[in-house]
Amino acid sequence: MRRVYGDVVAVDSLDLEVASGEIYGFLGPNGAGKSTAVRMLCTLASMTAGSATVAGYDVSTQSDQVRLSIGVALQEAALDGKLTGRETLMLQGRYYGLERHAIAARVEELAPLLEMGAIDRRVSTYSGGMKRRLDLAAALMHNPEVLFLDEPTTGLDPISRALVWEQIRNLNRDLGMTIFLTTQYLEEADALTSRVGILNEGRLAAEGAPEELKRTVGSDVVVARVTGDTEAAAAAIGEVRGISHVEVYGNEVSAATGDGASVVSPVAVALAAAGVEVTDLSIHPTTLDDVFLELTGARIEVEE
Amino acid sequence: MSSAVGSRPTPAEVVRARPLGFFGDMASVSSRALRLLPRDLEAIIPALLVPLFFLVVTIGAIQNLADQAVSGLDYKAFQLPVAIMTAVTGMSRANSLVIDISGGYFDRLLMTPINRYALLLGLMVADFTLFMVMAVPVIALGFAIGVGFGATGVLGLLVFVLFGALWGLAYTGFPYAIALRTGNPAAVNSSFLLFFPFMFLTTAWVERDVMTDWLAAITWFNPMTYALEGMRSLFAGWHGWALGRALLAICAVGLVAQTLAFRSLRGRVRRG
Repeated sequence: MRRVYGDVVAVDSLDLEVASGEIYGFLGPNGAGKSTAVRMLCTLASMTAGSATVAGYDVSTQSDQVRLSIGVALQEAALDGKLTGRETLMLQGRYYGLERHAIAARVEELAPLLEMGAIDRRVSTYSGGMKRRLDLAAALMHNPEVLFLDEPTTGLDPISRALVWEQIRNLNRDLGMTIFLTTQYLEEADALTSRVGILNEGRLAAEGAPEELKRTVGSDVVVARVTGDTEAAAAAIGEVRGISHVEVYGNEVSAATGDGASVVSPVAVALAAAGVEVTDLSIHPTTLDDVFLELTGARIEVEE
Repeated sequence: MSSAVGSRPTPAEVVRARPLGFFGDMASVSSRALRLLPRDLEAIIPALLVPLFFLVVTIGAIQNLADQAVSGLDYKAFQLPVAIMTAVTGMSRANSLVIDISGGYFDRLLMTPINRYALLLGLMVADFTLFMVMAVPVIALGFAIGVGFGATGVLGLLVFVLFGALWGLAYTGFPYAIALRTGNPAAVNSSFLLFFPFMFLTTAWVERDVMTDWLAAITWFNPMTYALEGMRSLFAGWHGWALGRALLAICAVGLVAQTLAFRSLRGRVRRG
């Protein structure tokens, strides 16, 4: 898939396949092209070039069938503040041609996603977290085959985030729903997805299971925060035995290794010998952010 | 909380998404718009009070003058169509549409199987209903001040209201076109300005005979003139020619305005 807005290439040569029943995560910083890709897959935006199939239907030529098969919760909860939660869900059911009794049954099933009694309140009185959960409930009204969630927990408090995570797991486990999730939260991709695609500047930089991707970097990362010459620090760390890869980002030097505990002392010694002043030296297990750093030379900066 | 969801789902054969068909889609969209009308009174009430106020004030200010200038003119009846037209013109769901666009609800609708044209036509069904309802207090005030439909009776009254609502419906194309093209509430509000040439360059206040020549000449080219004349003719009897011209004028405005609206809809859907 490719999408160009004027001179800006939002998505470029994006090629991926998501299996039925999978939770696939699209990870990348703001502006990486995640939302544009989702909008094309949801028939909301057309492609400049390329093709895509969702639930077995071509998004360009069979968009009506695609729309019947998908549920979507976009980045901003798309709700009408003047409707109540119940009215929102009932209307959503009508849009998908559900019978009256099916709508009533689904509203009762999905009502627990909201706080007790909230379903009959106007949406304008809901908190941000409640709006996101109602948006998710609306996306689920017609039991879609494929669920698209565009940054479903951005801006949510930790409790709401945990509730949404639990819901996503339940949907996938109990109903076998295929879920395509975009996120800028590394821990979200790590916790929920079976496979991750890392998107950077509109291109797929890497793809695989989170653990598999992390293994490509190493099991641990040693991070040294230094004042002064970071290049000298990187060169010194790079000489240490057991270090597989060194990246510099700001005043931070990150070194991937298979065994952080055994290399941290030699790293400290190497830095001292190189005359580099170290303000902090730490070891942490490899995260997807480290994978992103290795692939792109930048970190994912989360914007709330 | 979430364990209830998905753990005992309604069977898939019951919850089956299916296309509703064009009229079903239109009914779904209009049902939401109609449901929201009573929650939007802050927009509707001023739009209703203004024509009532102008009806009373205009009659108070000009009636004696008009009686002297044109013998046998019932100026109250002359003004009633103007009040109806003022009430229905520009009073559409276009503002709600802008809110839907900026708030993302329009995107939600675009991702459902609803027919694209039904998205706009459904709103217009609600508009048409609103126009018919808005005519009621204006007509009631007309009756209260002595306007009657003696020559054409109840059917004449219904045709009178219908023409007013049809004019309103035809005109809605302009604010919808602006809403869809710009997504800007201020721009939609300014669409009412388009109404001024329609309203002031016509026979809204006095008959053509007593106008200055230049203004009288312009009124011939204003479709509102024929709409007003058609509606006024209903106070005197059934005049097919006047009614036909009124209908043609309304259709002409509708054709231009609705073409713009649906082209704007297509453009927005294509832009994504």
